[in-house]
Amino acid sequence: MVFKSFSVCCRRFCLFLGAALLLTACGSEWNDPYPASERGANRLYSAFAERPKHLDPAVAYSNSEIGFIAQIYEPPLQYHYLKRPFELISSTLAAMPQVSLYDQAGRLLPESAPAEQVARSVYRLQLKSDVRYQPHPAFSLNDDGSARYMNLDASLSRSLQTSIGPLALADPGSRLLTAHDYVYQIKRLAHPTVQSPIYGMMSEHIVGLKSLAGQIKSTLEAQPAAWVDLDKLPLPGAVAIDDHTLEITLQDKYPQFIYWLAMNFFAPVPREVDQFYSQPALRNGNVNIDTWPVGTGPYMMVYNNPNARIELKRNPNFHDERYPCQGQPDDAMMGLLASCDARLPLIDTVVFSREKESLPYWNKFLQGYYDESGISSDSFDQAVRININGDVNVSPAMSAQGIGLQTSVRTSVYYMGFNMLDPVVGGRTPEEQRRAKLLRQALSIVFDREEFISIFLNGRGHPAMGPLPPGIFGYQSGEAGINPVVYTWKDGEPHRRNLDEAKALLAKAGWPDGRDAKTGRPLVLNLDTTSGGLGDKSTMDWMSRQLNQVGVQLVVRSTDFNRFQEKLRKGSAQMYFLGWNADYPDPENFFFLFYGPEGKVAHGGENTANYSNPEFDRLFRVMKNQPNGPARQAVIDQMLKLVREDAPWIYWFYPKSYVLRQSWLQNYKLNNVASNTIKYQRIDADSRAKLRAEWNHPLRWPFMLILGGLVLLLWPALKAYRSRSGLDAFGQQVRKR
Amino acid sequence: MFAYILRRVLYAVPILIGVNLITFALFFMVNSPDDMARMQLGVKRVTPEAIEQWKAERGYDKPLFVNETASGIAQVTDTVFYSKSLTLFSGEFGRSEDGREIGQEIRERMGPSLAIAVPTFVVGLGLTVSLALFLVLFRGTWLDRTGVVLCVGLMSISSLFFIIGGQFLFARVLQLVPISGYSSNPLVAWHFLILPVAVAVVAGIGGSTRWYRTLFLEEIGKDYVRTARAKGLSDAAVLFRHVLRNGLIPILTGVVVVIPSLFMGSLLIESFFGIPGLGSYTIDAIAAQDFAVVRAMVFLGSVLYLLGLILTDLSYTLVDPRIRLK
Repeated sequence: MVFKSFSVCCRRFCLFLGAALLLTACGSEWNDPYPASERGANRLYSAFAERPKHLDPAVAYSNSEIGFIAQIYEPPLQYHYLKRPFELISSTLAAMPQVSLYDQAGRLLPESAPAEQVARSVYRLQLKSDVRYQPHPAFSLNDDGSARYMNLDASLSRSLQTSIGPLALADPGSRLLTAHDYVYQIKRLAHPTVQSPIYGMMSEHIVGLKSLAGQIKSTLEAQPAAWVDLDKLPLPGAVAIDDHTLEITLQDKYPQFIYWLAMNFFAPVPREVDQFYSQPALRNGNVNIDTWPVGTGPYMMVYNNPNARIELKRNPNFHDERYPCQGQPDDAMMGLLASCDARLPLIDTVVFSREKESLPYWNKFLQGYYDESGISSDSFDQAVRININGDVNVSPAMSAQGIGLQTSVRTSVYYMGFNMLDPVVGGRTPEEQRRAKLLRQALSIVFDREEFISIFLNGRGHPAMGPLPPGIFGYQSGEAGINPVVYTWKDGEPHRRNLDEAKALLAKAGWPDGRDAKTGRPLVLNLDTTSGGLGDKSTMDWMSRQLNQVGVQLVVRSTDFNRFQEKLRKGSAQMYFLGWNADYPDPENFFFLFYGPEGKVAHGGENTANYSNPEFDRLFRVMKNQPNGPARQAVIDQMLKLVREDAPWIYWFYPKSYVLRQSWLQNYKLNNVASNTIKYQRIDADSRAKLRAEWNHPLRWPFMLILGGLVLLLWPALKAYRSRSGLDAFGQQVRKR
Repeated sequence: MFAYILRRVLYAVPILIGVNLITFALFFMVNSPDDMARMQLGVKRVTPEAIEQWKAERGYDKPLFVNETASGIAQVTDTVFYSKSLTLFSGEFGRSEDGREIGQEIRERMGPSLAIAVPTFVVGLGLTVSLALFLVLFRGTWLDRTGVVLCVGLMSISSLFFIIGGQFLFARVLQLVPISGYSSNPLVAWHFLILPVAVAVVAGIGGSTRWYRTLFLEEIGKDYVRTARAKGLSDAAVLFRHVLRNGLIPILTGVVVVIPSLFMGSLLIESFFGIPGLGSYTIDAIAAQDFAVVRAMVFLGSVLYLLGLILTDLSYTLVDPRIRLK
């Protein structure tokens, strides 16, 4: 009886399952992760692996954060989408900033004035008059002009603690962008509770920023939980001359400041938005400027669940900005000028889904549910083919799907650094330093970076010749650009010097055959690394083998990230791997990594090698204040010569970005410096819907086969049970009455 | 019974303090407050002042266990351990190191975790108990032997294989369900949940079925089963009506204790299937060295586990009238 009722249950469950599957079969794509209502909509589907920690423009500094806020906020400047080398253009400005230099007596100086004479640099920014903020309740006003949502009660505040956040409030307002909003944001950089990562650096340049920080701190100490109205605290270094004119004053000559004006740190934040979010009920409910950005950019955040999905929608108030009509010579051929003069943005909605693992992301891209994708090492062979000439193309399978590949050398450099404070690789006495320099040069030759790139990066890198990657002023290709310490130029291409030369250098350094010439003890070098990534055993084995070729032994000291950083801070590392991504495309942003006053141990700066060369430092100070041109190139060449000969780094590789994009994603051009590029992209939504339907047909029969197989497996069991239940205690068939 | 429960709750307090202490000690043995600040502020252009400011903002500028500069009780209360760990007993989870309220995060993520864990638990339990009874029904036959071999096979395969294999076969090749994703709308959510639940159930079949089979086999050799058979009851009736009921006690030991822990979610399944639950929250927090979240999740996990143990004891009295809790 019990068994029968169990069988009935099973049968009912199977029927239900079948009915459910049939019902689902009414849609064409069972595996579509998006609602059917979105099919054919002008939406871009992208993904993010790491939830953004900060969306506050004064704080956000990592790519995982800037990828979102760059679409929402507008700093005064931006990079031209198509032109290379990267070119700054206006974003919210009517014209490019006017820079005036003054001496101590207040006299105007020419642009070429030496830095020592400059006492003030004044940047005058004229804003466009038609830039408006996205709709937001912080701008909503009552009839009497007072802020409508400035005193939210607890229940209303709770209603905002959802994935639509402040947009739950009715009748959001807007207003024009003013210069005061930029001033307000610059003041926020000094706010102790905001903790902007660039405050320390900017306080050395912007007049009065440091003292403003002190004033805010005192105000906070007097009223700890209170909102500080920054408008009441003056900042002489950032002044709104009128609603559309902003003046920023620096206490020195700092030509690279203009690049900072293209970064989110200098995006406008209106006072009323800061005040709106300062309401304790909102602050305590995770509704603040760090989670719900408010900007003038092409998109506004409409859904924020950083654990699953973030959605940006076209800002209805976005000012009139047009797609560029000029670019690189081959841009027209690539169809990148097809949207010339079209009003931006071209996509209505951008959906970012969280994909923590690369495999689901990759498979969904192949099914057409993501519009673009990077290529992980696991998928590289499936996605890319490299022919004997080294040309990179998508695989035939990708090509059949219409998937295109774009590659670009990033404005980054990876290197193996030597701690110059170490007695072996850096040297303390002049004699030790001479020997250490030869040792570093020898090691620079020994490591075969071309092989490393081929084995461990699937060719996604370019051997580095110095600290400057391609695309940065000062980089030179061809014979002029090779590192003569490591390479020679033969038959129109660079050739790494042979190991004999490395051995000769080692012998000169006092380590013939990798042994101390006096004591005979072997040379043992220590490589400090973090586990995972470059700490992988295969990589380290390769490194050891490379050094073994010249008799040098390598000890890998793998540790966690914190200890690794601590070793760098304390100068106890000997050799280490690091990389640097450019903040902005200027050689100063790379050369400062060798600047003496940036030494990690002595000054807590970014010069992790603790390299110190007075001549280099002098040249750096000259170069950083020069405009791009032959004179600057000459200085850069001298600096490159120094850092190549001194070899405080082994210049390892410049990474290459490989991005796959679906055929329906148009106007896509890789940009390694700017992040506000979604507004230029275009989606052919009809084509996407058609291709997705073609690519995604549920295969029901194998599933049915599996189910049928399971049922078949049960059949002999059922048969055996029936025959057994018909036996008596002696194994005889019971006679039916 | 009330006295028993009260006693167990009181026993739980020192255990929870101990768990907090160990978590705290382990965490700060590996990460100093300076490391945490650097992790949150990023490695680029971080000044010592910014690190000090970050620590002061979050109360990490105090001594870890004993504040010798303070006097009286403040020597204990004005410390990182007291302010960060012992306040959990008042139900205050505080804020994560990036400023989000942990209590709200837990409330938001509990739903998705339960959406996976509850069906997995219910379907898994039903299926494994049924399979175990099935194997016991055919004990000693080729069906039983094949079943045991299959169970051992399933136990030997990594759950990661089931996840990746399941995604590849059912979502990528057969295209029956989405590869990953989640929706808070229950009418849509099943679409995303069916595969992770199926994978989690299949991944757990081997071990549980073998365990329950052993329990039932032990039970089936007892006198009351022989008596039931002698009465003329069918094998199925003996199994479902008598053996299953009597075999419940050891099953309950393993099952009830995990019920409260279902809230904590599944680490791997949530990561691979894009489920925004508490499992992935914990993993993210460990990776980000977010002590506030780690301590909150460890504390919550401990509380739920202890609650599970108490519930297990209580459940004994329900299934076995001979047991009295004193």
